[in-house]
Amino acid sequence: MASRPRTLYEKIWDAHVVETRDDGTALIYIDRHLVHEVTSPQAFEALKVAGRPVRRPELTLAVPDHNLPTTARLDAKGAPVPIADPESAAQLAALEVNAPAYGIRYIPATAKEQGIVHVVGPEQGFSLPGTTIVCGDSHTACHGGLGALAFGIGTSEVEHVLATQTLLLQQSKPMEVRVEGDLGPGISAKDLILHIIGTIGAAGGSGYVIEYRGRVFEAMTLEERLTVCNMSIEAGARAGLIAPDDVTFAYLKGRPMAPKGAEWDAAVAYWRTLHSDQGAVFAKSVTINAADVEPSVTWGTSPEDVVAIGGRVPSPDDFADESKRVAAQKSLDYMGLVPGTPMTEVPIENVFIGSCTNSRIEDLRAAAAVLKGRHKAANVRWAIVVPGSGLVKEQAEEEGLDKVFIDAGFEWREPGCSACLGMNPDKVPPGERCASTSNRNFVGRQGPGARTHLVSPAMAAAAAVTGRLADVRELV
Amino acid sequence: MQPLTRVEGRAIPLGLKNVDTDIIIPAKWLKTISREGLGAGAFEALRAEPGNVIDDPDYAGATLLIAGDNFGCGSSREHAAWALGDMGIRVVIAPSFSDIFSGNAVKNGILPVVLPQDAVDRLLEVAREGVAITVDLESQTVTTPYQDRFTFTIDPFRRECLLGGLDEVGLTMARGEAIGGFEASRTAAQPWLMRGTEAA
Repeated sequence: MASRPRTLYEKIWDAHVVETRDDGTALIYIDRHLVHEVTSPQAFEALKVAGRPVRRPELTLAVPDHNLPTTARLDAKGAPVPIADPESAAQLAALEVNAPAYGIRYIPATAKEQGIVHVVGPEQGFSLPGTTIVCGDSHTACHGGLGALAFGIGTSEVEHVLATQTLLLQQSKPMEVRVEGDLGPGISAKDLILHIIGTIGAAGGSGYVIEYRGRVFEAMTLEERLTVCNMSIEAGARAGLIAPDDVTFAYLKGRPMAPKGAEWDAAVAYWRTLHSDQGAVFAKSVTINAADVEPSVTWGTSPEDVVAIGGRVPSPDDFADESKRVAAQKSLDYMGLVPGTPMTEVPIENVFIGSCTNSRIEDLRAAAAVLKGRHKAANVRWAIVVPGSGLVKEQAEEEGLDKVFIDAGFEWREPGCSACLGMNPDKVPPGERCASTSNRNFVGRQGPGARTHLVSPAMAAAAAVTGRLADVRELV
Repeated sequence: MQPLTRVEGRAIPLGLKNVDTDIIIPAKWLKTISREGLGAGAFEALRAEPGNVIDDPDYAGATLLIAGDNFGCGSSREHAAWALGDMGIRVVIAPSFSDIFSGNAVKNGILPVVLPQDAVDRLLEVAREGVAITVDLESQTVTTPYQDRFTFTIDPFRRECLLGGLDEVGLTMARGEAIGGFEASRTAAQPWLMRGTEAA
């Protein structure tokens, strides 16, 4: 097996095959499992009903994020503030009981280590290169930025992992997204991944695991790599990967759950073998020219509906495919947009900076750099910043970023998924637009009737300041 | 899990592409700690439109749903499969499915059938007449009263699970010894991999 050149994906896969069934289905060992309150209650309930234990509780980490309000968690006396919505409270309570009952480490809502699962995993050093990482959340692809094979699973699979620490899987095909050249000044990782999704389409990666290759990715910080891999699922891919390197190791060293001492050295030596071999064959390969990437925004209700900020709202007639024409018309109706309108003339009433895609310290710094000394436009009704974790929040406050945001008219919130998905109190009102650093512009995603434009943190800040979608390069 | 061998019934001709799981079941319905009753929230935004296809009495009692490319894209929420199941849907036919959704569907006794776009277009026509369509998993065929006959492929393990209504967790737990062997060699060679949260 070792003689054939292998892709990074194939190397990680091969290292986790417990056994292969006659029909080709493989039993894959799962190294790390993240659990949150929304997709786990039914899994724990099923274990309880069947009387099944959790096989390796130390390989699962539980933290609430999706449903949790992002308003103050402690009152003036330091006591926890109860959650008003009874269903949300019950779901939180279920995780609070289930995790310790099965011996699983639980980070409570009031701990400074709490945050969005995909921010917490890397931050704690729980997520490591070369591991298999799963979570009942499709943006688990995020951890691929560390060189981990990370993907979202359903609740039945959450139960399967809890009970057996494995999953029954069919191997995906390896796909290469190669980016040639360098990004222009002011172009972010978010602009790049939106451009990639716009190019290959929302199903362009279906059946594949994408490896992002090229010097653009080598030059990226670890946090930027997490942003890129996070949105692999929006291109339909099971997972996204970037080969680990010194940037990765420097990021992980000293994190609480990362290996230490001699084990650290052994781990790094192993991680250095984790790259696609010369001559490894990808089932599909797409090349993107970095010079073509402009600050990206979405106009429609699929993450593939991407246009450069200098572009215009497309017309359904622009699409050759009949089903895409129908979809585009529905999207334009929902979004309330007229074909031909310059994107920079689209007014914005709400701005959301946060989500597992863009809520890390570098994201907050990028947005704050644009907002410093400025204020949100009068027509921007609601602007919030939701740090990805309590540790990100603490770091930002040490740097004085909270003050920049507050002075610019933003609300400074507690960590969580917030307005990325309309299931906690943070929602965009019907018919209003939001420049959002999140990952999905689906119909109703940020609340019923909400109109989402996906952008980078710097572009969200530019939209806040100008009150419309705007090219951030004109503000810096 | 309820076994599935043959499903005969009316089909909802949805037809749209990129039907994401937020469309199938919006996030506000995800606050439940149960798998039951999610049919009430299925396609909520779509159903708010007058004359929508989901509530059309011509398709009342449908057990099949026909859609466009990339059905079930987006979130991993299994609630999407639970919601479809609660609506009485046992088969979804589309040119392609998201990886996560099709896995979730099978684990809940719902068969995702992949057929080429022209076959899907023909079935949409038939479905719009309110005529029953038959899906047979044993012979891997979709047939109509008009002598249409389409064959589909499915992963053999998924087929076996659906036909037998198998409990995957139980199947894998029976392989506990193999998993234990894998863990033991892991612990010996790369102990840091097995520490997880205990490393802190």
